[in-house]
Amino acid sequence: MKGLASQAAWPLGVLVLVVLGWHGATVLFEIPPYILPAPGRVLAACIERHDNLLLAVRTSAVAALSGFLLAAVAGVLAAVVLAQSPLVRRCLVPYTILLQTVPVVAIAPLILMWFGSGMRSVVIVVAIICLFPIIANTTQGLVSVDRNLLDLFRMSNASRLQVLVRLRLPHALPALFTGLRISSGLSVIGAFTGEWFASSNTVGQGGLGYSIIYANSQLQTDYLFALVLACAVLGSSFFFTVVGCEWLLLHRWHESALKAEGE
Amino acid sequence: MHPAVKQHATSAPCDAAARSFVSIRGLHKRYARGAAILEDLSLEVAPGDFLSLIGPSGCGKSTLLKLVAGLVSPTSGSIEVEGMTPANARELMSFIFQEATLLPWRPVVRNVELGLELERSMDRGRRRAKAEELLRLVGLSDVAWHYPRQLSGGMRMRVSIARALATRPRLLLMDEPFGALDEMTRDRLNEEVLRLRAEQGWTALFVTHSVAEAVFLSTRVVVLRAKPGRVHREIPVPFGFPRKALLRSDPAFLSLVGEVSGALRELHAMGEGAVAA
Repeated sequence: MKGLASQAAWPLGVLVLVVLGWHGATVLFEIPPYILPAPGRVLAACIERHDNLLLAVRTSAVAALSGFLLAAVAGVLAAVVLAQSPLVRRCLVPYTILLQTVPVVAIAPLILMWFGSGMRSVVIVVAIICLFPIIANTTQGLVSVDRNLLDLFRMSNASRLQVLVRLRLPHALPALFTGLRISSGLSVIGAFTGEWFASSNTVGQGGLGYSIIYANSQLQTDYLFALVLACAVLGSSFFFTVVGCEWLLLHRWHESALKAEGE
Repeated sequence: MHPAVKQHATSAPCDAAARSFVSIRGLHKRYARGAAILEDLSLEVAPGDFLSLIGPSGCGKSTLLKLVAGLVSPTSGSIEVEGMTPANARELMSFIFQEATLLPWRPVVRNVELGLELERSMDRGRRRAKAEELLRLVGLSDVAWHYPRQLSGGMRMRVSIARALATRPRLLLMDEPFGALDEMTRDRLNEEVLRLRAEQGWTALFVTHSVAEAVFLSTRVVVLRAKPGRVHREIPVPFGFPRKALLRSDPAFLSLVGEVSGALRELHAMGEGAVAA
């Protein structure tokens, strides 16, 4: 606990300095609040409009989480297929790279056209943006099993399924979590992007993405800041939830967890 | 069927099998687009033998073990383990690798169970009992629920040995199992291996770089030459069992170590690669 407190002290100190500097700047340079609201005003906006804010956060959180879980399931299944043989990988890996290189902003309008402008489209946008890190890392984990361990399983006449379940999947778990950590941050970005396009028709029901466009158009800069803050909080809480799950599952046996304990 | 006919039909392979547990004849191995690794190698291993393979790097000792295990198939020549092809004889064999090759996500006792689990030959309760029995045998009962990363190198190797013995193998294939350990740990494990063998009576094919280890453990030391790998000399080890640690300072032991080292030096002189003595 003491370790945690001293670890948190430094970044918290930085936060205090930034907030003070920010407040000082708005007062000193008399910046109008629609350009840069003082921290106090942002806080006030959070409190005043907490109903809207919470609704936006909840909407986005549900979309991000659903898309993230969808991507986790689909990504692991895809990785299992890719891990079957080098030939399969050679055939399909170039297409998984498309997932990474085509900007999601470019395909979001298409997805809207196909799946309608509601939650469903947002979830799909999230899943697409989350998919690649999960596929790439999990495949790597499934494939990089020690040769001797494979030979050991062969000596026991283990079936393909036994090798997958008892050797490859547990071995890929740390790599899967690396992918999940990256995707957890991306999921909120995905939800935001999806809502940016999707929610425009359903006024008032939008998540963070929609609300930010709305706040911007109304020059409610203090509320906009509050929304950005909410995005950050949502993204980090996803990230740290994944890190927590990772620790729970891996700390007993995996090296990376060992290092974290040593620090 | 008439008994005489039956006997006649099986007598030819039986003769060899009666004397040989593992029979290797005219073995050639060449990897695709590579030089020959093993060339015309023949070797007979009698039941109860502890046979060490020693030789310069590149002599194909590890490949030979993998061939016997059926993990690699020969280019030509034959290997029989109790009259069966290696792939069919896997149930009789266990492999011990240079590193302990444990599953890091499993506690020690569940690593020892692995072979039994994959074979599906026992229910969970009997598997656990068997694994615990083997851990007692190698003196690791106290760490049964530790994870591999919490153990020292020597302890991990003991877990690996316990796992190999859990399936009651009759042939142990060991690929430099103690190469990465310090000398004291290695000596202690050597004595332990001999004790386990006396209790369980398996046959062993043992690859090593250490002449002293080979002589201490074996009934026979086979010196291989490299490029391509062939049998250079077979040196029988006359000492009886049980062998105690004290044997290592016996003049007869030392002179035999000298003889094996001499055989390795011959290879070196013939320019067949460096010898790690």
